[in-house]
Amino acid sequence: MNKENLSGAELVVRSLEYLNISTVFGVPGGAILPAYDPLYDSPVRHVLARHEQGAGHMAEGYAQATGEIGVVIATSGPGATNLITSLANALMDSTPLLAITGQVATTSIGNDAFQEAYTVGLSMAATKHNYLVTKASEIPQVLKEAKYIATTGRPGPVLVDIPKDVLNEVSKWVEPGPINLPGYKPTLEPNPKMIQQAVELIKKSKKPILYIGGGVIHARAHKEIFELSTKYNIPVVTTLMGRGGFPDGNSLCLGMPGMHGNYTSTTSIQQSDLLIAIGVRFDDRVTANPDYFAQNAKVIHADIDPAEIGKVREAEVPIVGDAKSVVIGLIEMLGETVLDVNDWLEVISKMKNDFPLTYTQKDDGPLKVPFVLEEIQKLTKDEAIVVSGVGQHQMWISQHWKFEKPNTWLNSGGLGTMGYALPAAIGAKAAYPDRLVLALDGDGCFQMTCQELITASTENIPLKIVVFNNGNHGMVRQWQKIFYNNRFSASELTHHTPDYVKLAESMGAVGLRVSQKSEVKNVFEQMLEINDKPVLVDCVVDPEDMVFPMVPSGGSNDKILLSEKDLENL
Amino acid sequence: MTERILSVLVEDKPGVLARVSSTISRRGFNISSLSVGPTNIEGRSKMTIVTELDAVEQVKKQLNKLINVIKIVELDPELTIETEVLLLKVSINKESQTSVIEKANLSNAKSVDVGQDYAIFELTGTSKDLDKFEKLMKPYGIIEMVRGGRIALQTTV
Repeated sequence: MNKENLSGAELVVRSLEYLNISTVFGVPGGAILPAYDPLYDSPVRHVLARHEQGAGHMAEGYAQATGEIGVVIATSGPGATNLITSLANALMDSTPLLAITGQVATTSIGNDAFQEAYTVGLSMAATKHNYLVTKASEIPQVLKEAKYIATTGRPGPVLVDIPKDVLNEVSKWVEPGPINLPGYKPTLEPNPKMIQQAVELIKKSKKPILYIGGGVIHARAHKEIFELSTKYNIPVVTTLMGRGGFPDGNSLCLGMPGMHGNYTSTTSIQQSDLLIAIGVRFDDRVTANPDYFAQNAKVIHADIDPAEIGKVREAEVPIVGDAKSVVIGLIEMLGETVLDVNDWLEVISKMKNDFPLTYTQKDDGPLKVPFVLEEIQKLTKDEAIVVSGVGQHQMWISQHWKFEKPNTWLNSGGLGTMGYALPAAIGAKAAYPDRLVLALDGDGCFQMTCQELITASTENIPLKIVVFNNGNHGMVRQWQKIFYNNRFSASELTHHTPDYVKLAESMGAVGLRVSQKSEVKNVFEQMLEINDKPVLVDCVVDPEDMVFPMVPSGGSNDKILLSEKDLENL
Repeated sequence: MTERILSVLVEDKPGVLARVSSTISRRGFNISSLSVGPTNIEGRSKMTIVTELDAVEQVKKQLNKLINVIKIVELDPELTIETEVLLLKVSINKESQTSVIEKANLSNAKSVDVGQDYAIFELTGTSKDLDKFEKLMKPYGIIEMVRGGRIALQTTV
């Protein structure tokens, strides 16, 4: 490229173009203002969010749907502090994110200047890595490094903080050089000895379980996992972050295990003699009390992050590597092995028959979320990208929605960030304008970031959002019912304030409402027919409904509460 | 619990100390000593971290995730040369002066400043040597003291 004089701000925008970034999400402000000027002329699309947390989640949704990096831009001080939640969220769920923040001028740093916050310090524990850039000439190299760190190894958020005078400093474009990070060399290829040890355990196993999570999605290893499972008849449990990594339609798929997992998935782990854990981190929502977790099982634990191995559970065979390479290695070495698992598959199949997920939808009774989900799925022919908030509705979706493909299930798993659904769905829809993007949210969650519906309308991002309106913080209410003697302290919202239909209309979207079983099909068909505007459906549901199965926090996965009746024995 | 010594080679970048110490405290680990200084290689610093932790494997793994951390070696106590520096300011008067100086000499402490009513000693040695010297000086009245943090090298790899 040519050597004309460019400001730091122009170098930022040129670097984004150079790094093939096509869409960014953000909110302008004083310190970042210089960068917004060249952005005005750039082919990079900027989506103007209404709040920086929303912008961050949009970038996350974009990244979760595409598997590519999401980019968010914010100003100094409150702009950066508002971003922190999305950074922490991306760190927990290993989502590749690049955050660019403005900072007060280098001459003012440390003086408590207007809109100054110590962004590098504040974001240190919420990012994989971060930078404070002090010279304009460093910008292209730092942004290249930031993208590299965010997208390789275990992906995560990287923040680049750039002071205003650095954005204004005149420098020249120098094409970034090769990456030289002596302290960062992720191991992708697994050690063949470990693969061999793993294969020996697999061959001896009579009750293997393939326990897969987000790492499979990040590594795009779903095809290989499918082969490993179906070729050797190994049943698969998919964690919350791993949903879609193996098709629910396959009989070997057992679905989500853990606190609100289905009986078969949770129990099969408890009974298994070998856990083949790939791209998972033995999260407490999966294991409950780890002392009682899969006590009879040996563990093969493969992860790209060595720190995850042995963190919660010792592994008999630790494997550091990329999920795809690990699974390819396992399949190669297993060859034509036939596992002796017929009895095991029968046990599992009986469990599935004896303990299915259930719900009861009465014709004239209040709507149940699982029923509505199944009706929506029938109408969408498995084509949707589903985005969720956090709480009861999230658990019901993970339980009842049938995911067939990776990157079609976007949610906040690790951090449990309410308010994630709508902005993340905007990000996904910005990435895939021609695909159906469905935000399936709770009313409590929706109210945390609902202003982003304006972003969806004004930026022409016609997603659909269903607000499961039970007038409560449903999961909080559920815990208060079970553990706090029905004392509903601060969990009640109301069904009717705000009026979600009017709110949607005022924000430039179409608002619909459904509260009766007889209306369900009609209303959701209407929702699916409108494609020129965002559509919100206020779906009024039963506030008394609780999510089951349930394993109380810190308990044993052997003691699963299957329905409200089991609460009497608690 | 036994003591574990980590020798951590890091890139000499702004904030690297904050990253290391924040990683340690964030995971709920404690450190009993941390020292940092330049190495013979330009752009590289070395930290010596002493912890009393069974979870040292997890500390190592978490620190290894930091981009600016290049290498972590846990030192074998049997093969490790370890030292620490101490500066100690003690009260003296006509009666105590002789015995203070005598004890300091016997401890191989060097007197670096002597005033009317105080003396400052410098001592380099193992942490135990330093502890011992501190104990010896205590009866005379320690006015102020500072220790430099432990540093260590392994004799063979």
